Amino acid sequence: MEFTTTGMLNEDGIHVDMDRLKKGEVNLGTSIMAVTFKDGVILGADSRTTTGAYIANRVTDKLTRVHDTIWCCRSGSAADTQAVADIVQYQLGLYATRNGKNPTTQTAASIFQEICYANKDRLSAGLIIAGWDERHGGQVYSIPLGGSLHKQAYAIGGSGSTYIYGYCDAHWREGMEEAEAVDFVKGALREAIKWDGSSGGVIRMVVLTEQGADRHLYLPDTDYKVRHY
Amino acid sequence: MAGFDFTNYNRNAALHARGVPLPKATSTGTTIVGCIFDGGVVIAADTRATSGPIVADKNCEKLHYIAPQIWCAGAGTAADTEFTTAIISSNLELHALSTGRKPRVVTCMTMLKQHLFRYQGHIGAYLVVAGVDPTGVHLFTVHAHGSTDKLPYVTMGSGSLAAMSVFESQWKPNLGRDDAVKLCSDAILSGIFNDLGSGSNVDVAVITADKTELKRGFVRPNERSAKLKSYAFPKGTTAVLNEKIISKNDIGRYVSVTEVSVGEEAMEIDA
Repeated sequence: MEFTTTGMLNEDGIHVDMDRLKKGEVNLGTSIMAVTFKDGVILGADSRTTTGAYIANRVTDKLTRVHDTIWCCRSGSAADTQAVADIVQYQLGLYATRNGKNPTTQTAASIFQEICYANKDRLSAGLIIAGWDERHGGQVYSIPLGGSLHKQAYAIGGSGSTYIYGYCDAHWREGMEEAEAVDFVKGALREAIKWDGSSGGVIRMVVLTEQGADRHLYLPDTDYKVRHY
Repeated sequence: MAGFDFTNYNRNAALHARGVPLPKATSTGTTIVGCIFDGGVVIAADTRATSGPIVADKNCEKLHYIAPQIWCAGAGTAADTEFTTAIISSNLELHALSTGRKPRVVTCMTMLKQHLFRYQGHIGAYLVVAGVDPTGVHLFTVHAHGSTDKLPYVTMGSGSLAAMSVFESQWKPNLGRDDAVKLCSDAILSGIFNDLGSGSNVDVAVITADKTELKRGFVRPNERSAKLKSYAFPKGTTAVLNEKIISKNDIGRYVSVTEVSVGEEAMEIDA
């Protein structure tokens, strides 16, 4: 690893910049969100991953399965969030086989929080956990950088989310139909991609209901209008 | 305790801040690529290894064996790509032996990412992982910090931008074997000619369900041609101004000479 040029030695000691992201690390400068609706929950994300100014992957899948109907949106360091998601996927798989029943979204979010909080000084991971379970239906949890856990009706995250707080606040409604929720997520992510340079590419979505997981894909070629499977 | 020792980290950081240069590692300032085709996968690499501004090796191997049907192309620190692929190759062989199954590319990719994540980017290995296993054809990239991507065509190293521009302008779905090999070697050539860190030859590996073909020196666009003229000086070109001959006896003035008797049998020089 190279040293950052911003490290300094002064009279009073060594000053090394503790950049949150290590040099050359793969970053998910991202727009992600998850929304509850009448029958469940929808996760959405752009598809851009960057190393500095270079787009390392323009069709990334930031929506990651940790159980059949519990998924997460990843933002921050690609390596960190993948490592955390892999551990949680293993834990939830073990939980399901041991207890003979599926874990709840809250259980999943709790495992995520445990890892994110215990390793808060070493991780740069901003996660949104969304899932459907028989007891509670669709739920959304958000875990920002410090490792706190917030249950929300909808959550937005990543660098692009700053541009769509107003949009989401103005357009979100309780108990939307599936098609309305899809339009809401798509509309919000289109704005985030438009204004945030670190977000872009395709829009990916996952709809979680009693019927299971359903994937959506929208391409910029068709102005994000046509659903590709 | 296994792993890296960080005892002198702060001291070294302080020395560096005072202007002491860091030691240089041989790095494969590299172009490596991979591309899936119908029925298999191709990976390719250039063959230049650099140490700072010096070309350390004009024809090094950057295509690493993992398993018969799984191969890796490596960029970053040469020693790190060499040893991480060797360690994972060894562990994957043991895993295949204990499970009695052929090793899978995802297994290899997961072992690599978990190994690299543990070392938090200090192991500077950037890898393209490709292979065919009972579940199908696979192509991944693994970054030093432990993140992975799955794509139909990939590039890595300092020449990745030049190589990606070839893929982005010429790649199309459902490529044939020969088209994929041509596309990959063209991408490497783009790195060789346009990137300072890459050069020399193109190595290619083609992996299909029934066999793996390693084409070492698939393209050699930098062969050294024969000199048009001989620049060797004829004997006697340099004038002899004086000559002094020291005999064997006279040399005793400078060093002590003792005759060593040769034993019964002469020393064996080459057995």
